[in-house]
Amino acid sequence: MRRLWGEEGAKASLIAVVSSVLVFGGGAWLVASSPNWPRVRDQFFNRDDFVDAAPAVIDGFWRNLQFFGIAMLTIPVLALVVAIMRSLRGPAFFPIRALAVIFVDVLRGIPLILLILLLGFGLPALQLPGLPRGTTFWGMTALTLSYAAYTAEIYRSGIDAVPESQRSSARAIGLTQWQALRFAILPQAVRNVVPALMNTVVSLQKDVALLSVLGAREAVREAQIYTSRTFNYTSYMVATLLFLALSIPMTRFVDYYSDRYRRQRSQAQI
Amino acid sequence: MTAKLELRNVHKAFGDVEVLRGIDLTVDEHEVVCLIGPSGCGKSTILRCVDLLDRIDAGTILLDGDDITARGVDTDAVRRRIGIVFQSYNLFPHLDVLDNVTLGARRAHGVRQAEAEERAMDLLARFGLADHARAYPNRMSGGQNQRAAVVRALMTDPEVLLLDEVTSALDPELVGEVLATIRELAAGGMTMVLATHEMGFARDVANTVCFLHEGRVLEAAPPAELFEAPTHPRTRQFLDRVIEAGRL
Repeated sequence: MRRLWGEEGAKASLIAVVSSVLVFGGGAWLVASSPNWPRVRDQFFNRDDFVDAAPAVIDGFWRNLQFFGIAMLTIPVLALVVAIMRSLRGPAFFPIRALAVIFVDVLRGIPLILLILLLGFGLPALQLPGLPRGTTFWGMTALTLSYAAYTAEIYRSGIDAVPESQRSSARAIGLTQWQALRFAILPQAVRNVVPALMNTVVSLQKDVALLSVLGAREAVREAQIYTSRTFNYTSYMVATLLFLALSIPMTRFVDYYSDRYRRQRSQAQI
Repeated sequence: MTAKLELRNVHKAFGDVEVLRGIDLTVDEHEVVCLIGPSGCGKSTILRCVDLLDRIDAGTILLDGDDITARGVDTDAVRRRIGIVFQSYNLFPHLDVLDNVTLGARRAHGVRQAEAEERAMDLLARFGLADHARAYPNRMSGGQNQRAAVVRALMTDPEVLLLDEVTSALDPELVGEVLATIRELAAGGMTMVLATHEMGFARDVANTVCFLHEGRVLEAAPPAELFEAPTHPRTRQFLDRVIEAGRL
């Protein structure tokens, strides 16, 4: 907290308090003074509606967490495969490299919500034998593909940041190309990009809500259902608070970790 | 008797830059050969080519009579017979010394961990690093890093050890301990090829010194001969400059 308030000393603290009161108090006053504030308050911050909507929205939020958990397993694996495909050496692997590049370019180029709609509604409609028909399954697939494309690029930047000499010395002690990647390059590469990966995790946790466009009954969808039934938007506030309750600690942790990580890194060699 | 290592008319270019223009070099068993010459003359490239880290464009490299640059050669098997140490140590920063040293044995050569670690500890003790087996590279001095890198290269019991300017990245006061290590290896009969700027050391430890210029071996002779009475004007010029800089 000390860092938030700047330098130590009573004077500095006083300045911080006064300026906080002015900024936040002023903002609150501005909102409350709007002629429509009583109506908005009733629409968005109604205590009864909050209690009414909470169970369904919380129930939906569990589903968000499930989606999030599954995506946390599928995305890193697929991303790693793509990143490795892209970093293979030698002319023989050209088609594999090309495939990885196309995967990344195409999937990064499509807005996530569009990809979810396309796969979620398109693929089940094909009614191909053997393929799952559930829209949520394809929604998750879309989420995985899109995030894997981004994450693969993060991994790749980590791989590229490992000096070429590390590869040489791994090969020199007799490791094959694959072993060099597995035991010498990748462990360093992943360490290089942990902060970037953690930021991706934070945004994934929120983007899971996009599956609501397919009708998956997660928190946002449940809030929508409540709203369309009661014409009151407090249910959205319930969902908002739930997301914040998860993402703020995560963000703080990422900041803390990245900070510590940078400091460890910058400790010079003896 | 076949030479331990023989390079015949080896050529190597990086793009348009011809780095090696017909290298001929013979290294007998137990011999220590020092490669000297100005920066960019191809010393490091020779070593990298011998360890098959760079592919040569033309010529032949024989290890104990086996053509290791022929098509279809198992490069990993060849590398097991050759050890190489780099200028900037290149230890793996995410592994401690013991894991660095045993990685090749454990992962590539199928040696059991206990066995690999026993051998590693023997070698680390021999080079005064037993106390640092569990230290990470960034916690050790450059000299300790470089000695650990030598141990890593020795793990496969190589027939030839290649040393690529192994003291160039070290602080001056740390050079001695690494040179002492190399001296000990030479005394133990290790066949070695060194690319080096340490002329005094080369004169001391080498059986043969090769002066390289623009991708060719201009002159190869025992150190006493090459340093005292170089026959080629380029060699003389180079040595004069080195003496001027106070390195000999």
